[in-house]
Amino acid sequence: MSTTEVVVTGLGATTPLGGDVATTWSALLEGRSGIDTLQEDWVADLPVHFAGRIAVEPSELLPRQRLRRLDRTQQFALIAAQEAWQDAGAPEVDPVRLGAVVSSGIGGILTVLEQYDTFRERGWKRVSPFTVPMLMPNGPAAAVALEFTARAGAHAPVSACASSAEAIADAIDMIRTGRADMVIAGGVEAAIHPLNIAAFASMRALSTRNDDPKTASRPWDANRDGFVMSEGAGMIVLESAEHAAARGARVYAVAAGAGYSDDAHDIVLPDPEGTGQARAITSVLADAGLRPSDIAHVNAHATSTPAGDVGETVAIRAALGDSAADRVAVTSTKSMTGHLLGGAGAVESIATVLALHEGRIPPTINIEELDPAVRVDIVRDKPRDLPADAVAAINESFGFGGHNIAVAFRRP
Amino acid sequence: MAQHTEQEILDGLGEIIDEIAGVPAAEVTPEKSFVDDLDIDSLSMVEIAVAAQDKFGVEIPDDQLKDLKTVQDVVNFIQK
Repeated sequence: MSTTEVVVTGLGATTPLGGDVATTWSALLEGRSGIDTLQEDWVADLPVHFAGRIAVEPSELLPRQRLRRLDRTQQFALIAAQEAWQDAGAPEVDPVRLGAVVSSGIGGILTVLEQYDTFRERGWKRVSPFTVPMLMPNGPAAAVALEFTARAGAHAPVSACASSAEAIADAIDMIRTGRADMVIAGGVEAAIHPLNIAAFASMRALSTRNDDPKTASRPWDANRDGFVMSEGAGMIVLESAEHAAARGARVYAVAAGAGYSDDAHDIVLPDPEGTGQARAITSVLADAGLRPSDIAHVNAHATSTPAGDVGETVAIRAALGDSAADRVAVTSTKSMTGHLLGGAGAVESIATVLALHEGRIPPTINIEELDPAVRVDIVRDKPRDLPADAVAAINESFGFGGHNIAVAFRRP
Repeated sequence: MAQHTEQEILDGLGEIIDEIAGVPAAEVTPEKSFVDDLDIDSLSMVEIAVAAQDKFGVEIPDDQLKDLKTVQDVVNFIQK
């Protein structure tokens, strides 16, 4: 089967660690946490007092009349997409050959909640006429399509915390099937609000380490007690290798393929045996034409919950086999960024691409006592050099609903 | 309701339109058309009408809002 090769030519991000990719990446290599105590009064009513706010507010970058018409997810998406597009060289492209696949796990929830407050306090006439375009889950995809005149199609696959990995996976497909030459792909979340914290806290999914927020996100630590909610966006410019070569674009990596599966086990809990997750890894290897021994690095989903984390390492071992699994370097950048929910897969795909491109794997911080059930090699505390002969790396993202997505990147 | 002078209304509309549509208040002059000159779309006009109601205490019903084409039209409506 002849497959169109897809390459990564631009990266953009706004995260708790920095307002762009360079700042975020250097913080990841330094092992810095982007998590902090929230300053809002309402935290007093909640069991969780901290989160990962983005480092640079959109109000510093976008004019106020744009801010008032864009949900916070759309603001983040545009900021990250602008960086990615500039990074790709801001090429002249036929609009009908340019696509946008931009996800959010939850959508414009802050708009919903704010406008409902307005409605209850001041009546229907004071509800913003932009409420609908701001709350719709396809809003970030539509905003990016509008901003960059992407007319090949705008899509917003929704699979909870796997959403933006799925966006990248679908974008690869969009180029392979000939629907577009270039796609701006990624995802975003902006959901830090007392109701959302209450909702995740109510299911006992969040860390409550209020006395030390920067060590709260501790994937694979024996004493992990939940994930840390963060906000932000990641965006990747994907392009057919032919199109990139024709314009002389810088290529970070080959977006080699994607693997999809669903646990169909429980609406929230992952299958503890990791069977579905292993199937996503097996599928991505087949789709990308890679052998298990080609995978030098996995940027794991591991969110710091007691129920997750270990099952993923079981899945990695099962899918790669013992000999390859013994050599793969695994990390969770969520230990520093917190969990960007629908933005996680995109930001972590960027970290995966940069690990290959720069030859450095960011560490997992905050592991004081490794969970004894972990049987893969975790990159702890300090960054590690990728072996010079490393071929490829995988980013894994899983979501409530049993969604499992793995995306593979290969050195050009 | 106290009567507003034409200048008060113009100044007030200028502030509202600057805030909502990002058009500098100095450009909000009587002869300007909202759609053709100030590039203001129908959803923004809804916001502007609600803000004008808050500021001047005059409700602009939907069926009359669509007939208000220029800044002067709004000034006249509020003064009426």
